[in-house]
Amino acid sequence: MDKVLTFLNTVFVQGFWKTFCVKWVWQTFCVKWVWQTFCVKWVYQTFCKDLVGKKLRFNSWKGWIYLLPAIILLLIFTVYPIFNTVMMAFTNNYDSLESIGGTSFEFGIDNFITVISSGDTFRTAILNTMLLCVVTVPLSTMLALLIAVALNSIKPLQKFFQTIFFLPYVTNSIAIGMVFAALFDVVGDFSKPYLVESWGFINTLLGKIGVQPVNWLDGIGVFGDATYWPKFAVLVIYIVWNALPFKILILLGGLQSVNKQYYEAAKIDSTPKWRVFTRITVPLLSPMIAYVVITGFIGGFKEYTSIIGIFGDSMADGQLYTMVGFIYDALPDAFYGEASAAALILFAIIFAVTMVNLYVSKKKTHY
Amino acid sequence: MKVELRNLTKVFPSRDKKSGKDVTAVNNFTFEIPDGKLVGLLGPSGCGKSTTLYMISGLQQPTSGKIFFGEEDVTELAPENRGIGLVFQNYALYPHMTVQQNILFPLQNLRGKDKMTKEAMLERAYEAAKLVQIDELMDRKPSELSGGQQQRVAIARALVKMPRVLLLDEPLSNLDARLRLQTREEIRRIQKETGITTVFVTHDQEEAMSISDVIVVMKLGVVQQTGKPQEIYDNPTNLFVAKFLGTPPINVFKGRVENERLYIGENAVLDVKGVKDGNVTAAIRPEGFVLDENGPLVCELSNVEIMGRDVSIVSRHSESLNPTIRSIIDADNRIDATAEGVRFTLKPHKVFLFDAESEERLYFEV
Repeated sequence: MDKVLTFLNTVFVQGFWKTFCVKWVWQTFCVKWVWQTFCVKWVYQTFCKDLVGKKLRFNSWKGWIYLLPAIILLLIFTVYPIFNTVMMAFTNNYDSLESIGGTSFEFGIDNFITVISSGDTFRTAILNTMLLCVVTVPLSTMLALLIAVALNSIKPLQKFFQTIFFLPYVTNSIAIGMVFAALFDVVGDFSKPYLVESWGFINTLLGKIGVQPVNWLDGIGVFGDATYWPKFAVLVIYIVWNALPFKILILLGGLQSVNKQYYEAAKIDSTPKWRVFTRITVPLLSPMIAYVVITGFIGGFKEYTSIIGIFGDSMADGQLYTMVGFIYDALPDAFYGEASAAALILFAIIFAVTMVNLYVSKKKTHY
Repeated sequence: MKVELRNLTKVFPSRDKKSGKDVTAVNNFTFEIPDGKLVGLLGPSGCGKSTTLYMISGLQQPTSGKIFFGEEDVTELAPENRGIGLVFQNYALYPHMTVQQNILFPLQNLRGKDKMTKEAMLERAYEAAKLVQIDELMDRKPSELSGGQQQRVAIARALVKMPRVLLLDEPLSNLDARLRLQTREEIRRIQKETGITTVFVTHDQEEAMSISDVIVVMKLGVVQQTGKPQEIYDNPTNLFVAKFLGTPPINVFKGRVENERLYIGENAVLDVKGVKDGNVTAAIRPEGFVLDENGPLVCELSNVEIMGRDVSIVSRHSESLNPTIRSIIDADNRIDATAEGVRFTLKPHKVFLFDAESEERLYFEV
């Protein structure tokens, strides 16, 4: 019991509040994004639907009044922050100016230079983020595809399993992270096996098939002296598991809208199952797969809460720094300029990757 | 390959387990489809014609009864082992593949001793494409084709693996009227050229009559009549078949038979030898009317439609079960469209009598 309390204490007191706030901000942003989309749709339907081909005229003042609450919120929480971020990022010495109440802001790219030349931290952050994306996105997409196809092919209990697979999506990711940490955690001194009180659930399971225990969270064990990979493995498992429900949902929806006659036609032509999957199912699902991969990459680049959830505030002593982690870590120390610059760099990277994704998917998908 | 259906029955269990009744889609269907013929399954929607087709294909399992291809019992055989080609109502062409890939697809599935080289497959695909005249369109995607072209691709895909039986499910229902005429001739030509036993399903009697060697008329899962199109048209076994075949539809009257004479209203209109006295339903084909100033059938003239080749007279009669009577007369006849009434005599072989209760045919000597 004491240990649980200590654990909870560490996570809550040291990291939780900050994390919670950060998480809250992210989530409101997501909510607003949805808002925005709906607003755009609404504006279009209200003002522009009948005006296709004609000159756009917004002369209905009523419409604007209806939109006002959303517009004000968007201006305060989305538009202003974006401009402010850009402004802060391109203001030299923003941080020191701010702290002494200075007013003569000077345009420049010093913040970017500071960030890029900040050495190991930034490099680790970029490398980690890239590596996470490259590993988790294909892995989770493939798994989700297999699970979705399997789910689609069973009749009894389909709704039940659908719900089960969707549960992680509505569960707080910090909570999931803590559970994962508990699953992998080794309680006691790992170097002195006789002192270990609990090897943790995963190690016990692995022990049953004869695998030596690994000190996952501290990074000691099978992978030799490299302390990085066990932690990375835990993180990958967590992220993949956490990413599955959304992807399964999208892919399953896609699968259920595929015309059954394609499968009947394939059946009559005695098509082997694997060929049906690769030649019919996957191409017909390609728009959904593209969507899932693109959003997966965007989500992957913003990975942060998972790491906090499992490894706590220190992000495994900085070993598992990510881009967003880098940004948030700069904030409590009032390095707003650097944080803004890093945010813009992250934006540029996501933008570029998404462009590449879109380009590839345009060539490969069938709509 | 002849196809034989023996006592084929398909019962769909009711969805509502408590109150609902099971639905018998096909009831005791026995029929032999002769080798190399084109057979049309005809009936209104819900009559079980598509279910029959899908049972022949193997996509649906009969509740009871047997299906034979030649001497081979295929009832338990999976669809992929039956050697059939099936053209779906909406064609089910793979939208992400080109025409060529679509046609090649069944060939690429062949395994074992049937496995073909790439060149051989291409050759076969081009042969099939030539047969349906789409060899110019091999690189297009299905979405870039017209309905008629898509339909041909679907036929080519079904034909390319040389099936023993070709099945077509409402093949013309997605085409516009002009294309439908053209395509049904095309289907006839392809069937004749390949000599493959072909079964097709339609609700359009004109379509079925025009291209089938044999027609099977179905109603509520029960076969009403089978035979050559002209035979069925000239000799329907019951009122349903008489009403279902023919455009414009047959004219139906309430009538009665007294002393071997047919009365419609007050007048005796026809001698019917061998029919017992009693109430009957009389059905008269539109071409069964002859204009006659002293004719016994007196109708109230509504209007006259000039078709060029012939004239269609629309009239009314108190005993008619249709709102109007439509009779087709040779255009050489002069008719006064402003007249109050019109009188006809009847061609005996175009008049069918049915029992008023059972709607079964009552035969009389002509």
